[in-house]
Amino acid sequence: MDQFLWVVVPYLCLAAFVVGHFWRYRYDKFGWTTRSSQLYEDRLLRLGSPMFHFGMLGVVGGHVIGLLVPRSWTDAVGIDDHLYHYLAVGGGLLAGVLTVVGMVILIYRRRMVGPVFSATTVMDKVMYAFLAAVIVLGMWNTIAGSIFTLGGEYNYREGVSVWYRSFLAFQPDADLMADAPIGFQLHALVAFALFALWPFTRLVHVFSAPVGYITRPYIVYRSRDDVQLGSHSPRAGWERVGK
Amino acid sequence: MRVMAQMAMVMNLDKCIGCHTCSVTCKQAWTNRAGTEYVWFNNVETRPGLGYPRTYEDQEEWKGGWELNKRGRLTLKAGGRWKKLATIFSNPKLPSIQDYYEPWTYDYETLTNSPATDNFPVARPKSLITGKDMNVEWSANWDDDLGGSKEHASRDVMLKGIEDKVKMEFEETFMFYLPRICEHCLNPSCAASCPSGAIYKRSEDGIVLVDQDRCRGWRMCVSGCPYKKIYFNHRTGKAEKCTFCYPRIEVGIPTVCSETCVGRLRYIGLVLYDADKVLEQASIEDEQALYQAQRECFLDPEDPEVQRAAEVAGIPGDWVEAAKRSPVWALINKYEVALPLHPEYRTMPMVWYIPPLSPVVDVIKDTGHDAEDHGNLFAAIDALRIPVEYLANLFTAGDVETVNKVLRRLAAMRAYMRDINLGRDPDDSIPAKVGMDGETMYDMFRLLAIAKYEERYVIPSAHAEQAHALEEIATECSLSFEGGPGMYESGPFGEGSGRPVPVAVENFQMLRDRQTSDTLAAPEDKSTRVNLLNWDGKGVPSGLFPPKPDAQPDVPDAGLTGGTGGQGSHPPGDRPGEDSGRGKGA
Repeated sequence: MDQFLWVVVPYLCLAAFVVGHFWRYRYDKFGWTTRSSQLYEDRLLRLGSPMFHFGMLGVVGGHVIGLLVPRSWTDAVGIDDHLYHYLAVGGGLLAGVLTVVGMVILIYRRRMVGPVFSATTVMDKVMYAFLAAVIVLGMWNTIAGSIFTLGGEYNYREGVSVWYRSFLAFQPDADLMADAPIGFQLHALVAFALFALWPFTRLVHVFSAPVGYITRPYIVYRSRDDVQLGSHSPRAGWERVGK
Repeated sequence: MRVMAQMAMVMNLDKCIGCHTCSVTCKQAWTNRAGTEYVWFNNVETRPGLGYPRTYEDQEEWKGGWELNKRGRLTLKAGGRWKKLATIFSNPKLPSIQDYYEPWTYDYETLTNSPATDNFPVARPKSLITGKDMNVEWSANWDDDLGGSKEHASRDVMLKGIEDKVKMEFEETFMFYLPRICEHCLNPSCAASCPSGAIYKRSEDGIVLVDQDRCRGWRMCVSGCPYKKIYFNHRTGKAEKCTFCYPRIEVGIPTVCSETCVGRLRYIGLVLYDADKVLEQASIEDEQALYQAQRECFLDPEDPEVQRAAEVAGIPGDWVEAAKRSPVWALINKYEVALPLHPEYRTMPMVWYIPPLSPVVDVIKDTGHDAEDHGNLFAAIDALRIPVEYLANLFTAGDVETVNKVLRRLAAMRAYMRDINLGRDPDDSIPAKVGMDGETMYDMFRLLAIAKYEERYVIPSAHAEQAHALEEIATECSLSFEGGPGMYESGPFGEGSGRPVPVAVENFQMLRDRQTSDTLAAPEDKSTRVNLLNWDGKGVPSGLFPPKPDAQPDVPDAGLTGGTGGQGSHPPGDRPGEDSGRGKGA
């Protein structure tokens, strides 16, 4: 069972994530968009969306540090467990609260503003459920686990993080996860489910973060499309020479 | 010198009667889809008026276009790259649907399904955004013909500075129509605002397009365009804009809006320009000098040096020839009567306008004076400061002198041509007063008044050696793409996801053939068609219906005169069974 939950399922989800993105990009470039609803409603979005997104950037940054940086490294720089704990919980709380408040505003807006709700697809609703579950479980782990230490003290840097790195190195150690508290286990499982769903939702827009904008020239000149012939691809056997 | 070719347009506002045919045909062609209900790539505004979207010209509010920063460098008015990325999670300057208008339809079903009642059933307006009943309060041209202008028009941004002098009393004010499409700017701020780099300027003809596969819906272009001519499709989540009907232009026929213009007021042609000069000229400090600055970017196609540089730049010879005959080039440079719309936005717009003389003429007429007399007209242009100042706010960043000069040329042409039309000796002193000679003035009259289709639209078709790369010069059936002609079906990820559909199903080559052929209709498959005009109504000529799979060919029906080769009442060439290709022995 442990092998299934902490080895098979995560790798299946990872495969869905990678292959799914590849397929979606090939099949559905036109559908690859943020699908903004700002045109319908502005006031709530202007409040909730930056809160959620900036909070989320903090959350992702925190996860990168917490999961990918081994304890020995921070020890080497001279950050002891106590200091690390304060930094992680403080930063995590700040980012988490921003994210949760932003998310509540956005979900309220999505449900209560008529045009926004009617532009919501089934996939959006599924995605919202999983995303909200992951965030709520994560907050629970931070508040209940790390601050009030309900259910005993647990240092994820000795357990979850090590497992995660072993997972990325393709030498997964399922026991580390099996020993983790239920809150961490659930958070990880739902997160993996979200990763599996990811390429089939609007979340793909994360991968179009326009960082290239910083360096590209302002005006883009392009020649007529040379790759595609006419408005349709050539019939099999009639491809042009060269291109 | 880096020569580039730009497809450009000039509109003669004196001829616009505000019929909205251009808007309607454009909408039929391009934006009659879910998600673009509120979108008008072409719209016609009554001026003075608020425009569409409302007060879009107020750049202190909307922050569209470019401005000079403290160091005198050209920057986006809404903020540079870092600010764009910092505000990407909610665009701070996006017009809401209410700034355009909430699109609606009527609940016609209650009319058709209504049982017999004592009261008339009513078709209520239903919002196309929420699907609920709505109160119609505004639309794309709600203030058409100054409707409601007593209340609204004072908010017209272009009246700033002259608002106390303009009388909004209906009988004392002036008005004209302003048709607007995308300006296809030389220095497009929409493209510069796009974080994804999806908006590009085509290097062949300067048409500005949105790559629908690369657009990620950040909406910065909508804010960046000072003309608000980029629209957000709220169903597909992508930006859309006027395409200058590029599939038509590529095969040498004019845009839909031009083709259908009732007043024939639009001119399309090429302008050659020096791409290296654009940035420098757009950065000139004096806003009123920007009109001249833009003209200095243009290159004279008659100049041998320009021709050589064009050749080096890969511009085909017939394009240079077309640039020489371009009506747009003539109106901008030879006759100097066309002006850009809002040069102060520093985008270098490429749809120019001949300002209307009609507000001036109308006033003279109303006072009982001779409105064709150049003396009266010149005096009125000088005296009627308000319409002229208003025009200057639109076309020259407030420089009244330039507008005056154009209006005086138009007035002089009016007076000069009256003499000719009445059989009097032309008075060459009239054109001399506006710095022209009689012949040039007559040429200008010809171009403005009686120019034929080929003179108004000088569009070199895209090049044969590039033809296989063109979007619309297709050799196969244009419906033979994957999935068949099912357009705008929804994929699993929301509206419009899935494989792209071609921009146009119609084969534009065929359309051009039809429009330029000598006969009314010369279809290639004529031999298989039935001419119903000389069908006597008896029997069933072959070709009237598709063949039944198992039927014997040419089974004579009751009354059909001779199945094969019968000498009946059918004129030669229309005999059934002979030309249809499935005659006897088939």
